[in-house]
Amino acid sequence: MDGYAVWAEALEKRYGEKRALDGFDLAVREGTVHGLLGPNGAGKTTAVRILSTLIRLDGGRARVAGLDVARQPREVRARIGLTGQYAAVDEVLTGRQNLEMFGRLFHLGGKRARLRAAELLEQFDLTDAADRGVGKYSGGMRRRLDLAASMILAPAVLFLDEPTTGLDPRSRGEVWESVRELVARGTTVLLTTQYLEEADKLASRITVIDRGRAIADDTPDGLKDRVGGDRVEVVLAERGDLPRAVKVVARVCEGEPETDEGELRVHAPVTDRVAALTEVARTLQDEGVGVEDIGLRRPSLDDVFLRLTGHRTKTSQEKETAA
Amino acid sequence: MSALDLTAPDRRGRLYWLLADCWNVVRRGLTHYRRQPVNIAWQLGFPILSVLLYGYVFGSAMRVPGGGDYKDFLMPGMFAMTMAFGFINTATLVVYDSTKGVIDRFRSMPMAASAVVAGRGLTDLLVACAELAIMMLTALAMGWRPDGGWGFLAAFGLLLWLRFALIWIGVWLGLLVPNPEAAGGLFAVAFPLTMISSIFVAPQLMPDWLGWVAAWNPLSSTAAATRDLFGTPAGGGEAWVEQHALLMAGVWPLILTAVFLPLAVRRFQRLSR
Repeated sequence: MDGYAVWAEALEKRYGEKRALDGFDLAVREGTVHGLLGPNGAGKTTAVRILSTLIRLDGGRARVAGLDVARQPREVRARIGLTGQYAAVDEVLTGRQNLEMFGRLFHLGGKRARLRAAELLEQFDLTDAADRGVGKYSGGMRRRLDLAASMILAPAVLFLDEPTTGLDPRSRGEVWESVRELVARGTTVLLTTQYLEEADKLASRITVIDRGRAIADDTPDGLKDRVGGDRVEVVLAERGDLPRAVKVVARVCEGEPETDEGELRVHAPVTDRVAALTEVARTLQDEGVGVEDIGLRRPSLDDVFLRLTGHRTKTSQEKETAA
Repeated sequence: MSALDLTAPDRRGRLYWLLADCWNVVRRGLTHYRRQPVNIAWQLGFPILSVLLYGYVFGSAMRVPGGGDYKDFLMPGMFAMTMAFGFINTATLVVYDSTKGVIDRFRSMPMAASAVVAGRGLTDLLVACAELAIMMLTALAMGWRPDGGWGFLAAFGLLLWLRFALIWIGVWLGLLVPNPEAAGGLFAVAFPLTMISSIFVAPQLMPDWLGWVAAWNPLSSTAAATRDLFGTPAGGGEAWVEQHALLMAGVWPLILTAVFLPLAVRRFQRLSR
């Protein structure tokens, strides 16, 4: 367990008949960002709530920052930060009042709480908005304040539960930037997310969770290799062109092309993405093949899931039923 | 990563930190009122408006059994009613904190968990003191003339005792209802409960069965006991509970606390399930 900031073994959590966690294992190396990737309802949030001492576990063992979460919850709480799905800050108070209040509740005392608040406002680029009510903050600012509140004691381990859900792309970028800075300063981060892209951007290692169990634990590249990396995808205008298109795609791309005859779609894995795309587009045009749509497709969480579990994520199933 | 030493040893005992945490939660609650003066205005506006409306509009048409001025009869009832409605305020603030994740944040911190609830209760009691003070000033301006001295202080204490008991109903409901909107609906439940009591009308003037329910309403005991202590007309009443208003004004809140304090605590502990 040395060298690991989080170590969980065979975690169990039941809600009535439902097993939210069913023998979940997790090992997070110190000083890294570890992604916990899974669809809604897979058990991500349950795992984070157990590790951050908010709920009790029904079975298994978990150590955070070297301490047992079941036996030493108070000591664990002094060494962790938690940013949940909602920005859990006081919307009536100003940013500064929030950080000072949380600082005092972290037992820093009035003076140190004030100084620490000022430091964090600076670090998270909130000094200008410090004395405005949080109700007037943008989503990204609120989430950064939430992060700052989690960092008051400069904790060894930071839990980020879907920190960018519901944020626009710009705010998402701001939050990512803050997380990178924290890690550069030595914090270990466990990040849950539904977005493969987010885990890919931030995490050096990813655990995929499904139905309360870890079904894969790998580097982002390793995971993508299992799915097959980026693909060029062509949708044809006419069925008759299908054989010719397959031949073109096979010639340009590295991997074996796959066809979806119903949707007149041909796709194949590529490494030199842009060059391959240009080449396929030009060759198809030269040969007079009518193309409805052409593009690069990056593997999504859905692809990872389909490959690892054989079933789609719940969210995508819902979308399909709705459509 | 910080110029400050964030790891200073915690040399003080648990009790110190429990009180300190509690006080910091209270400070947060009071800062809310300072930053949102409009909320105070609303919260105080309703009882003041009620005092004015009922005092002047109904006052002329109402009679008090055993004689006396209706305004003198009404005021202690209005004070008790304001204390009673306070539980809605407690519930609303608790449900807001729990749905916004603020309670989870507190629980993930090394602070005393009980301070979250105790601080809420203490804040509400302080606010109740302010509410009572402002209502009493309004009442005095309208010609209400209570006896001063110990009786007055005892009445004030009984009103706060009722408010204290209702904090636990508020916390329990706040952790029970799913969202702040649902907490708003509590008013619809609370309003009839205040009407079927001795707050506005003496129970012996109501139909028999309704008068019986009104007499046994805990609010009636507090209203009657404080009327007596303020030295204003109490409205009498033959029922046992009305004859022992002072005793019951002490007992009812005790019963409510004995029932709802454990329920609220259990609900709070269930958050860890």
